[in-house]
This record gives sequence, C-alpha cells and structure tokens, in this order.
Amino acid sequence: MELAIFIVFAVTALVSSIVVVAHRSPVHSTLSLVVTLLATAGLFILLGSPFLAALQVLLYTGAILVLFLFVIMLLNIQRERASSARSPLQTWGALVGAFVLAGAVSRLLWDAHAESVAPPLTETFVSLRGVADQLFTTYLLPFEMIGLLLLLAVVVAGWVAKRVRAEADEESAE
Amino acid sequence: MSHELLDALAKMGFWLALLLQVTPIMLWVERRAPAMMQDRLGPNRVGPFGFFQAIADVGKFVFKEDFEPATANRGLYLLAPMLALVPCMTTYLVLPFGPELEVAGRTILSVVIDSDSGVFVFLALASLGVYSLVLAGWASNNKWSMMGAIRASAQMISYELALTLAVVAALVPAGSLNLQRVVEQQMDDRLLGFLPAWGVFVQPLGFLVFLVAMFAETNRLPFDLPEAESELVAGYHTEYGSMRMAFFFMGEYMNMAVLSALAATLYFGGWSLPGLDLTQYSGIVPGLLGMGILWAKIGLFLFLYVWVRWTFPRFRYDQLMRLGWKILLPLSIVNLVVVAVLVISGRI
Repeated sequence: MELAIFIVFAVTALVSSIVVVAHRSPVHSTLSLVVTLLATAGLFILLGSPFLAALQVLLYTGAILVLFLFVIMLLNIQRERASSARSPLQTWGALVGAFVLAGAVSRLLWDAHAESVAPPLTETFVSLRGVADQLFTTYLLPFEMIGLLLLLAVVVAGWVAKRVRAEADEESAE
Repeated sequence: MSHELLDALAKMGFWLALLLQVTPIMLWVERRAPAMMQDRLGPNRVGPFGFFQAIADVGKFVFKEDFEPATANRGLYLLAPMLALVPCMTTYLVLPFGPELEVAGRTILSVVIDSDSGVFVFLALASLGVYSLVLAGWASNNKWSMMGAIRASAQMISYELALTLAVVAALVPAGSLNLQRVVEQQMDDRLLGFLPAWGVFVQPLGFLVFLVAMFAETNRLPFDLPEAESELVAGYHTEYGSMRMAFFFMGEYMNMAVLSALAATLYFGGWSLPGLDLTQYSGIVPGLLGMGILWAKIGLFLFLYVWVRWTFPRFRYDQLMRLGWKILLPLSIVNLVVVAVLVISGRI
C-alpha cells in the first residue's frame, strides 16, 4: 500500500517536473511546478512529516508560485517561440549542469548502497518538535543569518522601487 | 476494511453532509437578511418564507446553457471551478468537533486527522484556493477576468500573512498546533475567575486581525475586489455560467463556513460550551452535540458575513493593500509579541 502511494506521488513528481522545463507556455510550466511541489509534499507525508509537507504547500504553492503566476499574468508573457538560435553558452551551461547533477545523483545512489549510511531520518527528527529543536539550538546562527539576509533583500527591494519611482517623478517634472 | 478507515469515512460523510447545506441556506439568507435590513420583503413566494427560493435558484443553474468562450484555454477553464472546492472539501479534516467518543468499546477521536501540525495543514490547503480564481481569470481570456485574477492573487497573498500570524498567536497559549489541544485549553482555563479562556477574550486584537483577514481571504465585501461588479462586470468569473458558476458560489460559501469554523475553534472555544460537560454523555451523543455547538458558532459567523456585506462599502484597491500591509501585518506582529510575553510571564 505504502509502495503504491509512493509510486503514484513519485511518478507524478517526475512527469510534472519534466513538463516544467519542457512546456513552452510559462503559465503551464508554473502549474506543473505546483503539481511537482504537491507531489513532493505527499512524499514528505509518507516520510512521516506532515509538518514539512504543510509548510511546503503553504509557502511554495500557496505563496511563491502564486507570485510567479501574478508576475507572468501582469507582464502578459506569451507562449515562448521555438528558439532556433540557442546561444552556445546555454548549451555548454546545460551540459556542465547535467554532468554535475549526474555526479551528485550517482554519489547519492552509491552512498545509499554503502554500509556507512547516514542514520535514517527518524520520526522525532522530522516532526515539528524535532525540526524546531534543531533550528533553535544547533542551527540557530545560520537561521538568524538567513532571517537577516531576507530582511536585507526586502529593504533593498523597497529602496530600489522607491528610487525608480523618484526618477520617474523627476522625468515627468522636467 | 479496517475500523479506522470506516470511522474516517463516517466522520467525513458527517462533515460533508453539513457543509453541502451551507450554499442553499446561505443563498436564502443572503436574500432575506438584507431585505430585512433594508425594510423590504425579499423573495417570499416560493415555499414558507421563500425558503424554497434556493431550490429554484439551483434549478436555474442546472438548466442554463453551459457556455464556453471560443478563445478560452479549455483545460484550465474547466479545471478552475473544480479547484474552487478544494480548500473547503479538505480543510475540515483537521477541525475537531467533540471530545473523544466511546462507541462499542472503541475510542474514536472527534476529528478526521489528529495531527500535531493540524492547523498548518488547514492553512496550507486553504492557501490553494487562490489558484481557482487565478486560473479562472487567466483561462477565460477576458480582460475583466484577468484583472480579477491579478487582484485576487495579490490580495490573497497579502492577507494570508496577517491571517497566519494571527493564527500563530492564537496557538501560543495552547502550546500546540493540534486544534483539539487548542479547544481543550480554552475549555479548561478560566480568565479572572469567570470568563471562559476563549481566544477572543485573551487576544481581542488577534481576533480582529483574523476577522478582517478572513473576509479578505474569502473575497467577501468589503474586500470583493476580484469580482467587483461595478468595475469588472463579475471579475474572475465573468465568462462562467450555469453550474460552473454555481461551483464558484459553492466554493465561496463553503470556504466562508470552514474559515468560520477555524475562527470559532481558535477564538470561541470550538465545540465546547462553558458550563456544559459533553463527556457526561455516552456513545456518539457528545460528538453530535459538539458538532451542533460548533455549527451554531459557524452560523453566527456566516450571518456576520452577510451583515457586513450589506453594511460596508467596498474598499478601493490601494486602501485594501495599505490596510493589509501597513496596518494588519504590524498589528498581528504586535499581537504575537504581546501574547508570547504574557504566556512566558505566566499570566495566561
């Protein structure tokens, strides 16, 4: 039963993630990404962490991807034309990326079969309490630093938006 | 089939049977209540007090032509109304409706999913509701629908922040994300010796933020910008008719009901009532009574929705954004800090 559910979610995640990169319409790509994230959230539940699943759905599909859709719709981006003129930089970048990914995946597979596997994620570790314990003790400094980084990004974004508006005002005044 | 599966199915059926009644009853209330407020009669011809007007309305929806714009994106156009029902058809799973039940020698929990991250599951599923509006607006290939979709996405994200922070503050006294614990904490504690420790008395500010954000999340007046009929014809559902249109209605009313249920659970003691000990009864009676109490509270909230709709004019879009980001969000953070300090200093 658990295997069957895993296969359903895993296949959904794989197929939809291929659609994300292969589809020419940005709206459909974004929606496929929504499906991918929902399927991965399902996998998190199978791993015994409904909290992570809920957070993933709440933050990624509920907020970030809605903003993606918002921007795509606001700019009214149309279907991407078949790009015959792909720059060589893109091709080489994709090749290097593929090699790195293949290496990382084979390393993971290798490690999974080796004897000295990292301890499996126990229920107490992936539960809400476990995540909170780790986050506010062992990883407190990185956690706070990420918070600071995000605050910085928000402040800078606000500053840039304000400056652009001020410049536009000056131009219209002239 | 195992007992657990049967229990879960029975509880889900119980919830759905009640939730599906919300739309027809609200269709009637939404016509009669404003008529009462405006000193006119309202529809009173079909059945006693015009109660069967709702059935007539449903008949109209069913028999209307199922129209589809030629330039619409067909798949997404058909998908959007169904997505409108996703939040309300799933979020009730984590809402408790009574104490533990003893039936035929077995202990049954009065909640479908007893999860330690219950309220986050609720919020996560509720946050998917925006896709229905956005996709309906985009797939219709109509400028008004599109404007409605853009408004909906910006509005719902903005108010979700304040709503979530208000919910987090409401969970602090209970110290758990499990809504059953939240209800038990409100039931057991007393404030100043006589008041029940309902969230609304402990953190009135948090409740106010939650209430306003709740109206914005369900796109009800005064925040129905995505479907503002005086500017956008009907906003995101301009191009929809017949039952597809009715799906959006059902989604809206049932979302109002489940969010009201969350509000009742977090701020008004959920299924509990001060002075009434449900555990004195045996069998499934406490579950039925708890469900009745919870739905009475939901009903009051639903009436509040109608009341507010016919009392306040619609906000302007910039006012809406200013209220969400510059007033509600800071207020919800202040509320969270105050509640946290009170709990740590042991005053709650």
